[in-house]
Amino acid sequence: MSLYTLLGALEIGLIFSLVALGVYISFRLLRFPDLTVDGSFPLGGAVAATLISNGTDPFVSTIVATIAGAVAGVITGWLNIRLKIMDLLASILMMIALYSINLRIMGKPNVPLINEPTVFTALQPEAMSDYVLRPLLLIVVVLAAKLVLDWFFSTQTGLAMRATGSNARMARAQGVHTGLMVLGGMALSNALVGLAGALFAQTQGGADISMGVGTIVIGLAAVIVGESLLPSRRLYLATIAVIVGAIVYRFFIALALNSDFIGLQAQDLNLVTALLVTIALVVPKLRQHWSGKKLN
Amino acid sequence: MLRAQDLHITFNPGTPIETRALRGMSLDIPSGQFVTVIGSNGAGKSTFLNAVSGEMKVDSGRIEIDGIDMTRQPVWERARHVARVFQDPMAGTCEDLTIEENMALATLRGQRRGLGWAVKPALREEFRAQLSTLGLGLENRLSDRIGLLSGGQRQAVSLLMAALRPSRLLLLDEHTAALDPRTADFVLQLTVRIVAEHKLTTMMVTHSMRQALDVGERTVMLHQGKVVLDVSGDERKGMTVKDLLTMFERVRGEQIDDDALLLG
Repeated sequence: MSLYTLLGALEIGLIFSLVALGVYISFRLLRFPDLTVDGSFPLGGAVAATLISNGTDPFVSTIVATIAGAVAGVITGWLNIRLKIMDLLASILMMIALYSINLRIMGKPNVPLINEPTVFTALQPEAMSDYVLRPLLLIVVVLAAKLVLDWFFSTQTGLAMRATGSNARMARAQGVHTGLMVLGGMALSNALVGLAGALFAQTQGGADISMGVGTIVIGLAAVIVGESLLPSRRLYLATIAVIVGAIVYRFFIALALNSDFIGLQAQDLNLVTALLVTIALVVPKLRQHWSGKKLN
Repeated sequence: MLRAQDLHITFNPGTPIETRALRGMSLDIPSGQFVTVIGSNGAGKSTFLNAVSGEMKVDSGRIEIDGIDMTRQPVWERARHVARVFQDPMAGTCEDLTIEENMALATLRGQRRGLGWAVKPALREEFRAQLSTLGLGLENRLSDRIGLLSGGQRQAVSLLMAALRPSRLLLLDEHTAALDPRTADFVLQLTVRIVAEHKLTTMMVTHSMRQALDVGERTVMLHQGKVVLDVSGDERKGMTVKDLLTMFERVRGEQIDDDALLLG
């Protein structure tokens, strides 16, 4: 593997660590199985790419894309909280609705960003190659997101949100408006995913309607890989684990796809993902099984 | 004070499994009074408690606390005035959160939650002092997950949490029922101490007649969704479980006679 592919894997890994942080909030903290992600990731990309190609400042476009993600999350939460639609189903409804919405936003199946300015070109110094700058900038963004989340979830409101996911009945008895907390958490989660989509479109030369396929699986894979590498219940360690999980996962994918002797090609990506998630889910159970045997 | 007037709750109305859980249940608890509530299975004890806490909506009737109409308020709004300890030790605390985080959550019961740190050093010291009164060594385990504690320890912490913020009513829902006898006794003594210390208006639902007479100053018995017996003062002082059972049998007998008259 060349340095170029290595940095490329790091770059995508960092972008998907934002997705993974979002998935961690919905699946782990709120215990809300949220598939909206498959729609809010391309939503972020579509909004950012469309705005940029219409001449909007890339930073403003990225912020708008993040907000769009948050709105998508709020709608999924609302379908669940107010209309009492089962959480998983509510998110699937939102996901397929977003497919049409994304096509409407872009007006066509893809919006290229070849010579347009992006947040990366805007910050590009003369002396540095773009494939070095992008991962560096992304590290700053991801670390900032991690620190903000660590801070938020140790505030009074953040604690109430975690309590809502852990034991909603108790949270209500303590005066927590649990419905509002779910909406807020879903907004936060999908805002991160929208931001990731916006950054992805700007590093990959444009947005595409199919860019969201399997986002949730990649996000979950990152969370699961991270949790098995660094098992911890402390929040600031858990967020590190999730980020590391996303990067490690991308390295494995890059390794698998770039090793000629295995004979895998780009179209095998989703199969490799499914296999990796299966392995990551089964290994902890096998470990328990083996240690259980030793005890007997 | 709590004022519950003519509460009605029917489960599955209009179906063959229709259950009239509350049938005109009324109860006033003056401020500062400690009332114990007993009754057989299906008498409506839990339904009444859930109606007061807001977990169940009443079909009709009115619930007031200190003159504030709570009948239509959701649980989280009532929490401003009502503290609660659940029967299931797992239900009253968040097992994924630490002891101090659980307590921090309770210090803001019914208050606005902002973006300040949930656990501050001063707060931590207060929690430590509170926990040390339990004599369980929990003051050294503030940052342990509460899921690591035993059921009795969790109930003891739940009681402390209920008193961290002033309340107009404390609801105890068979909160010793899931514990072994020794732990149950410890939690009950702790209950008496905390209620007396904070002069809390308290309603304790219990399955044990012994417990109902031992603690508190008034005992109420429910049957078929209504109060059928209400004893306090001197009448209650000399009362034994046997007396209570006799009175209960008499009440139930009369009820059966009523039904027989109706059917006849």
